[in-house]
Amino acid sequence: MTTERISTRDAYGTALLQLGERVESLVAVDADAASSTRASVFASRFPERYLNLGISEQNMVLVAAGLALCERTVFAASFASFLVGRAYEQIRDAIAIPSLPVRLVGTHGGVTVGEDGATHQMLEDIALMRLLPGMAVLCPSDHPSAVAQICAANAWKGPAYVRLGRMPLPLVYDPSDTDFHIGGARILREGDGVTICACGILIREALEAATILSQQNINAEVIDCYSISPLPSEIILSSVHRTGCCVVAEEHFLKGGLCEAVSHLLCEHYPVPVSSVAVRDFFGQSGTPEELQEYYGLTSERIVSAAFQAWTLRRRSPGVF
Amino acid sequence: MSTLPECARERLNLERRAVDVRKDVVRMIGVARSGHLVSSLSIVDIMTWLYWNVLRVSPEEVSSPSRDRFVLSKGHGCPALYATLANRGFFRREELWSYRRLGAMLQGHPASTRTPGVDASSGSLGMGLGIAVGMALAGRLGKAPYRVVCLAGDGEMQEGAMWEAAMAAHHFSLSKILLIIDRNGVQMEGETEEIMGLEPLDAKLESFGWSVAHADGHDFASLGRALAQTDASGLPGAVIARTVPGHGVSFLENGSLRGKDALNRQRVEMALRELETVERTIEVSLSGEEAIS
Repeated sequence: MTTERISTRDAYGTALLQLGERVESLVAVDADAASSTRASVFASRFPERYLNLGISEQNMVLVAAGLALCERTVFAASFASFLVGRAYEQIRDAIAIPSLPVRLVGTHGGVTVGEDGATHQMLEDIALMRLLPGMAVLCPSDHPSAVAQICAANAWKGPAYVRLGRMPLPLVYDPSDTDFHIGGARILREGDGVTICACGILIREALEAATILSQQNINAEVIDCYSISPLPSEIILSSVHRTGCCVVAEEHFLKGGLCEAVSHLLCEHYPVPVSSVAVRDFFGQSGTPEELQEYYGLTSERIVSAAFQAWTLRRRSPGVF
Repeated sequence: MSTLPECARERLNLERRAVDVRKDVVRMIGVARSGHLVSSLSIVDIMTWLYWNVLRVSPEEVSSPSRDRFVLSKGHGCPALYATLANRGFFRREELWSYRRLGAMLQGHPASTRTPGVDASSGSLGMGLGIAVGMALAGRLGKAPYRVVCLAGDGEMQEGAMWEAAMAAHHFSLSKILLIIDRNGVQMEGETEEIMGLEPLDAKLESFGWSVAHADGHDFASLGRALAQTDASGLPGAVIARTVPGHGVSFLENGSLRGKDALNRQRVEMALRELETVERTIEVSLSGEEAIS
């Protein structure tokens, strides 16, 4: 495996180019952030199918809805804060309620945006988007999976949101791996000691935590829960039936994201101790991505601690699944 | 043979259509016991003019890619849209009586997924023009020369997103887009100019690169002249249509009932009797002239 680091936002340009070649009806709309979202590569290749609406996210989303109502395949991207935050009502009313197949891509998710600080570090986008009925929500963990998941979003019948990040990341998956779909998950490491559900940048941390835990004779099962909505319920439940405890890790507020989604699933179907690694009730701030990741505790060490906590209280009678 | 000139006959026929639509608007809001009556009545003539004279749409080809598109940005005025579509044959008139009921085809605000002929959903104000811009851009990309008409309330021009869309329509030179503003002068809590002044609305739109024409929103010929004027400009067109809230029902026009007030049974009967009187006058004009000849 290569040691090259590349951010998931770079996958947006790659995927758009691939899809643009294949899908003639594809149009990409932008709110003057193409060089940041990487839509710029599509804009250079297909200038007639790239529409920069200027700094107007609300209008960009409405224009995307209008294009989709006229049978265009539409991608709309901006910084997650501005796309989901600024244009939430437009997304809700003009895209989600009429269930239009618009693909929304929020780049610069999470605190690892870095120096730009709290306004630019979106930590509630997944919560807001998974609240919308019918909205698929994806959070890939590396470049190849991000490309594949953007393509999966394009094949989805309804609206979809893909959350990407700015920080360059090492690869988790082989670049040729395309086995990702809406509602899917990937078991990256098998184990019967503790289930670790993670997404985005926390996948790499979860795998490191699993290595540390194995030295303590706790075999962690690591699940890439990239599809936060719909949630891969069967895969999670099947794992937790074997392990009896769970850790959920994500670069998002503890409220409303993957942690709450998994906790609710387990509460309803198979209650077990769940520990979370996520951002508590604080907004972000300036710093390097690495410093912020450490400061907000989005690390393998925190996952290890959480795993011990959950494992100590684990449910010992295996359930029938 | 009638001495009535053809253009007068056409106007009278259209006026008769508008009375039919008005009566259905009054009935459906009466049956539903909720709905925005005065702001629906202010757009009935515009809707009638659009659906019988302007838009190239047909109930037989409701999804035709080349059809003209219509976006009712002031979604609360949907009784006028529903009654127009029903009278134009897009769905059975009986559907009008379940407006706002659980499971109904006709929702409290337009839902494109539920109602044949409704091109875009709306409800929250200030969103229609952006959707219309997207539709016009799609038309241009597909080299389909359809027209996109957006009917907005005057009050919702206070929403910033309308001006983002106005800027984009000019930037992309969208000459096939037509914005009609129902300038009835009132919004939820009072007069637009008292709450958040819009004037000079024409100069504002012109400064955004639009061709602006004024019209009497209850006069088909005036609307037609305004459309011809904006069409000739080659720019995005806006028609500021001066209208009267509650138009067609005298006790609503004078402003004693406002906003969302639905009518009780007695008031519905009063309104319908008044509209029937208008209808008889139109019939007499149509047939009376024939009798003289």
